[in-house]
Amino acid sequence: MKPFTKLEAKAAPLPFASVDTDQLIPARFMKRSRSEGYGQYLLHDMRFDSEGKPISDFPLNAPQREGSEILVARRNFGAGSSREAAVYALVDYGFRCVIAPSFGDIFASNSVNNGLLPARVSEEDAEELLSLLENGHESVFVDLENCEIRVANHVFGFEIEPVWRTKLLNGWDDLDLTASYAADIARYVESDREQHPWLQQLPG
Amino acid sequence: MATAQGPLTLFDKVWRNHVIATQADGQQLLFIDRHLVHEGSFHGFNKLKEKQAKVSRPDLTFGIVDHYAPTKVRDLTRVDPAIAGMITQLEENCRQNGLRVYGFNDPRQGIVHVVGPEQGITLPGATIVCGDSHTSTHGAFGAIAFGIGASEVAHVLMTQTLWQKKPKRMRVRFDGKLGPGISAKDMALSMIGRIGADGAQGHAIEYAGTAVAGLSMEGRLTLCNLSIESGARCGLVAPDATTVNFLRGRPLAPKDEIFDRAAEAWLSLVSDGDAEFEREIVINGTDIAPVVTWGISPEDALPITGAVPQPEAIGDEGRAAHAREAIDYMGLRAGMALTEIPVDRVFIGSCTNSRIEDLRAAAAVLSGRKAMVPGLVSPGSSLVKQQAEQEGLDRIFIDAGLEWVDSGCSMCVGMNGDLVPPGERCASTTNRNFKGRQGPKARTHLMSPAMVAAAAVTGRLTDVRDLMGGRA
Repeated sequence: MKPFTKLEAKAAPLPFASVDTDQLIPARFMKRSRSEGYGQYLLHDMRFDSEGKPISDFPLNAPQREGSEILVARRNFGAGSSREAAVYALVDYGFRCVIAPSFGDIFASNSVNNGLLPARVSEEDAEELLSLLENGHESVFVDLENCEIRVANHVFGFEIEPVWRTKLLNGWDDLDLTASYAADIARYVESDREQHPWLQQLPG
Repeated sequence: MATAQGPLTLFDKVWRNHVIATQADGQQLLFIDRHLVHEGSFHGFNKLKEKQAKVSRPDLTFGIVDHYAPTKVRDLTRVDPAIAGMITQLEENCRQNGLRVYGFNDPRQGIVHVVGPEQGITLPGATIVCGDSHTSTHGAFGAIAFGIGASEVAHVLMTQTLWQKKPKRMRVRFDGKLGPGISAKDMALSMIGRIGADGAQGHAIEYAGTAVAGLSMEGRLTLCNLSIESGARCGLVAPDATTVNFLRGRPLAPKDEIFDRAAEAWLSLVSDGDAEFEREIVINGTDIAPVVTWGISPEDALPITGAVPQPEAIGDEGRAAHAREAIDYMGLRAGMALTEIPVDRVFIGSCTNSRIEDLRAAAAVLSGRKAMVPGLVSPGSSLVKQQAEQEGLDRIFIDAGLEWVDSGCSMCVGMNGDLVPPGERCASTTNRNFKGRQGPKARTHLMSPAMVAAAAVTGRLTDVRDLMGGRA
């Protein structure tokens, strides 16, 4: 996984609360293979009308937002289903960071597993960031080492679970870490067979 | 039992039993006792193939067809090939890896969160994961059960473990006794309406109190199922006699003397009297009225006696904007009484409310009555369907004018093609009223099975208590 340290990029405002995973990628697109790329389905039913034409006043469709890598939204972003496809859609579209006051837990964990930074800010700061983006600012600087966001001369702090911060900074994959614990896993299973045989061995 | 670490909660005890290793940053490696996979798990299986890895514990991994299961045609040659392909892909992945599979034509097939408890796969004190957020359901047995993404599915397939940071502990106590016509669905929606859809983020909830102890396993499953809609990682209820009695004789539950030994261990899984919770909420169960959602998030929940909110009366700009967006999407008027809202169809089903008790509650209201609108009833499993038919519940639904179909996730998520048409309004026993959840531009009102039955009978959102005279 590609490490995430600093990012200076165009940002797009998404001034909605509870942008859930069903909106991030509607269920009907989830039969497709990842190799086709999920970016075209991101926020599909918010971006396109029923004939498939882009909805002109939707923020991501504005010409100046093209190529955005940072998304700013209101609270409870990514609530809902565990579908990692919601993160694939954001990543394949080009996003590397989402800034919001709160995130669905499973979404946030899926994000980190795909190198996408879920940066938590206060509701006031989210409103101010949205307002800056809606009033002419286009570029945002995100610094994961210092947990800081900058827009022109405005500075905002953000929060992230320290475990996730380390993982993103290093681009670590859990599997490598787990492999080094193989002997501990084997010891656990052996002891649990004694203590909780009904968990380790099914009847029949 | 207090220990050297001090008094422990139920959650602490089950968690502690599964820790294999702890990193300096607090991350812990947990052993996973039960891993459930469904059609959507294909990304996880693909990662396994990319690494040329094997399933670490095929004996603890269970494949169940539910998300894409057609409910009206039980023949895969007669359905959309893309949907049939999702089902055969899962069955094939399970076979190749030597997993137990409850396939499309298996008489035990059903929704993963109904089949797990039904088959005795779900046990108290276990860690249970599945690539589905409603895995929180299984916490009803005093298990730590939570939804995971595809990368984590791949990790569990390969190692039977998962790295996790321990969530904070929260207790929600429902005191008192529920009134007639009030169910676990009303308890859960009341709680979510109060704390918000992100109110329990980062927490594991333990449900306690007399109103919880009085619930059947079906009710506890509904309550824990909806934990995720409050943002919680998982929800648990301490095992008791109700739990043990439910499990005795289930196909994959322990047998004979191992069952007795297990039952003794399960009954010790309770929070110590002086255990601490980071957060505690008390709700008076006696005060709970039937609850419906009016908006596009499960937190947009109000008693049926209420009215659609006035956005201008909401001080917070973000929240007022959400209310305006919800009212606009749902096609409502601010201030209108909830009982004035007409419905176009109803749906009874999903991992939230499709168990035998749910079907009985809906049938009790529908018996001898006609539905004013069309609707679908999809039992939670093929075994629930069989039992309902033995009890004659299918006749009540059919005589009322509703469709009685096979088991699957069906119209809760619409992946199998069971969709609410654009612009239509559905009274639904499901778990998510998100925009487009039941189909593009579909409008969803969440409520209990009895409340959906009441809406079917009158064609509008209705207080079921008004239709209950002389009924169960």
